[in-house]
Amino acid sequence: MAGSLLDRIIGPRVRSDDLAKGGLRYGVPSFLLLVARILILVSLFLPYWHMDLVAPQYPDNLHLTAFVNHLTGDVAEIDGLNHYIGMRSLEEAARIERRIGVYLLIALVVMLELASWIHSRWAVLLVLPAALFPATFLLDLHLWMSHFGQNLDPDAPLSSAIDPFVPPILGSGMVGQFETIASAGAGLILATIASVVMIAALFFHRRAYMPLVKAARQAEAA
Amino acid sequence: MKAHKNSKRTLIASLVIGAVACCGSAAFGQSMSDVQKVAKARGLSTADLMAAAKTFTPSGQKDEYIMFSSGGHSGQVFVIGVPSMRMLRSIAVFTPEPWQGWGYGVGEEILAEGYVDGKENLWGDTHHPALSETAGDYDGEWLFINDKINARIAVIDLRDFETKQIIKNPLTVSDHGGTFVTPNTEYVIEGGQYAVPWGFEYAPISEYKEKYKGSVTFWKFDRKKGRVDKTRSFAMELPPYWQDLSDAGKLVSDGFLFMNSINTELAVGGIQDKKPPFEAGVSKNATDYLHIIDWKKAERVFKAGKVEMIEDFPVITLATAIEEDLLHLTPEPRSPHGVDVAPKGDFIVISGKLDPHTTIYSFEKIKRAIASRDYSSHDEFGVPVLNFDSVVEAQVEVGLGPLHTQFGPDGYAYTSLFLDSAVARWTLGGSYGKGTPEPDWTLVHKTPVHYNVGHIGVAEGDTVSPDGKYLIAFNKWSVDRFFPPGPLLPQNFQLIDITESGTKMPVIYDMPIGVGEPHYAQIIKADKLNPWTVYPEIGWDPHTQSLDPQAPKAKMERVERKGDTVEVYMTAIRSHFNPEHITVKQGDKVVWRITNIERSIDATHGFAVPQYNINLSLEPGETAKVEFIADMPGTFPFYCSEFCSALHLEMVGYFMVEPK
Repeated sequence: MAGSLLDRIIGPRVRSDDLAKGGLRYGVPSFLLLVARILILVSLFLPYWHMDLVAPQYPDNLHLTAFVNHLTGDVAEIDGLNHYIGMRSLEEAARIERRIGVYLLIALVVMLELASWIHSRWAVLLVLPAALFPATFLLDLHLWMSHFGQNLDPDAPLSSAIDPFVPPILGSGMVGQFETIASAGAGLILATIASVVMIAALFFHRRAYMPLVKAARQAEAA
Repeated sequence: MKAHKNSKRTLIASLVIGAVACCGSAAFGQSMSDVQKVAKARGLSTADLMAAAKTFTPSGQKDEYIMFSSGGHSGQVFVIGVPSMRMLRSIAVFTPEPWQGWGYGVGEEILAEGYVDGKENLWGDTHHPALSETAGDYDGEWLFINDKINARIAVIDLRDFETKQIIKNPLTVSDHGGTFVTPNTEYVIEGGQYAVPWGFEYAPISEYKEKYKGSVTFWKFDRKKGRVDKTRSFAMELPPYWQDLSDAGKLVSDGFLFMNSINTELAVGGIQDKKPPFEAGVSKNATDYLHIIDWKKAERVFKAGKVEMIEDFPVITLATAIEEDLLHLTPEPRSPHGVDVAPKGDFIVISGKLDPHTTIYSFEKIKRAIASRDYSSHDEFGVPVLNFDSVVEAQVEVGLGPLHTQFGPDGYAYTSLFLDSAVARWTLGGSYGKGTPEPDWTLVHKTPVHYNVGHIGVAEGDTVSPDGKYLIAFNKWSVDRFFPPGPLLPQNFQLIDITESGTKMPVIYDMPIGVGEPHYAQIIKADKLNPWTVYPEIGWDPHTQSLDPQAPKAKMERVERKGDTVEVYMTAIRSHFNPEHITVKQGDKVVWRITNIERSIDATHGFAVPQYNINLSLEPGETAKVEFIADMPGTFPFYCSEFCSALHLEMVGYFMVEPK
């Protein structure tokens, strides 16, 4: 019984003569998942998110860049300014996410790799987490921003001068004399393209293997 | 002719105004007629508008050149942008300067390097800045400057524009022939001025000829350490003529040093006894002596140990210098001031203040005369005197009171005329002759300056590749040029445009200097400088130019008591010090370390303690240590003395000294 559940999850195998005949049909989903895996791996090395802070005394603006596992840019200066309004230091934000980010993405890539070996609808379960990653990233970012922006230290020097705030994670906003301009980085864009590629892969996956699954079911029923 | 010139000038001015008006109109809806209206209301001519167009530097635009000017009695160096003539900063050198904290918590040990037997000596008369050179061209790494009144030189690091070393000359007590550097900054040269006995010990002036000495010191510069290495430096004894300015040879004359002198009469003054005063005695002879020194040979003699230790310093005696052929003299027009080597190193230009000519010597001829022992005489100390006629190349009548010469890129030379209050442009001959339309060795033009010009500076005008473009007359008097701020008037730096050849050399800007009397200045292309905008790392000690392992760090702030010593480890960041309360007992020794942990450009913090004479300037990343005895009991709010932030006033702490 266990064997049959595993078989059902893995889905029907393609016979080698069919593979020779319909190579493209079976090749496309695997190829697209490969592309998605590559895009995600490349995105690991690229910035996911930028924020520019524009104010008169910073003619070159202040910059903040988030990678999957670290923050770069004018972190110290932004922390220095944030202390006035009682915001916790950026170092304290998303600690776990930054620590596990790279491993998580590698795990998602491994799942995509597995997905290309699975010829049933279960493949969706393996692809979906990776496809949702960009949205999850932004949601997580938003939650941290609102958590930080809304939980200001009441004893901070300028705590009374500023209301709790949530700077937009994409687009522009105002905090004090700073205009904040947030935008997606190349990494996030690649990950988003990877998500689109994955959905396309699932479409072609269904087109390739659905008939085989149905045929197998009919055979079983017979 | 004149009308023609004027109309041409007007045409150029109109073009400039047109261009300005075009840009302006695009930005502000202003037009040419608005510019004319303002010009009319302010009484500005087209030449004035032209000068403004050449010098006005809009906010945010940076200068093409940076000038390092001696600060005269201020004991400092001034950094000025050219052509805007905006002063960027002063660099504290020989004199305490509170803004930079120099002498008020930092720099004390460097200032003390300039003391003799611990005797405090807190001002300097800075004269001649010298930028470090590589192959005869400014390299923008180091700056040297002398202090004429005390015979000291200082080393300034152009990464942070701060003084790193002061060296007191052990042999003498006044210098003028420095600082000048050899073409690869092998040595920083310091020529003595008023003769004194070795070590400026006492000797009656009646023993002038026997006991009083002239000298030139060769300070070995160690580029890696950024310090003069006294152990590899040496001096050469010279006759007790008052040696004046000097210049190192370059290219063909590399290895030689040329130095003027003004008292070959060995006058000793004595106006109070009805004897000729110095001013008469020193100017009696028709000629003085140009000193020609083979420093590369002198270096070999020093390394061979043929020196005498005087005041614990190796000195090549005059006898050795003569014996080893290191020193030759040749007559020069009396009371000379500048000796300036032409860009290719082939000509040496000397001006005697009391002779309307500038005299040009040929290095080729000097070499030949030395080789063939073509002497006209020996001076009374036995130094061979080269035959004047054998070494002179040309004389050019430039005007009254010629002092200093600088060079353009095209074969023009420029000489300041003190008595004429003018700057002369004249042509060099030889291989330079082709560069100028006028005949060789001819006066071309004189531009009046206001007034009593001393040195002049042309952009990179004393290097192997002068840039031309700008000449600045360092005028001693300003008389009627500015609003008189009481009877002490500022000096006047006048910017002259020398881009065009021939007779066009207009004055285009007057800059008052109201902080001391500058002498010489050097002008370097700004892109050759590469200064830090913040210190490389947090906890940087500018004195050692390295990380200080003891520097207080964020989250490691503390106060430690060790017996009677209280050690404070404090950080400064907008807008607080940490810790904010420091309590000690009267009589405790306080070792106060403080680090500015900022990384942002311009986020400088001050640290000022009342009644304790302490003020520091802590630039981003900088760490400093102040030590003092808490001898005055009381309550002392210390604060940040640089307006650092919106909560600057709140950047304060209390230093409390419990009475015994």
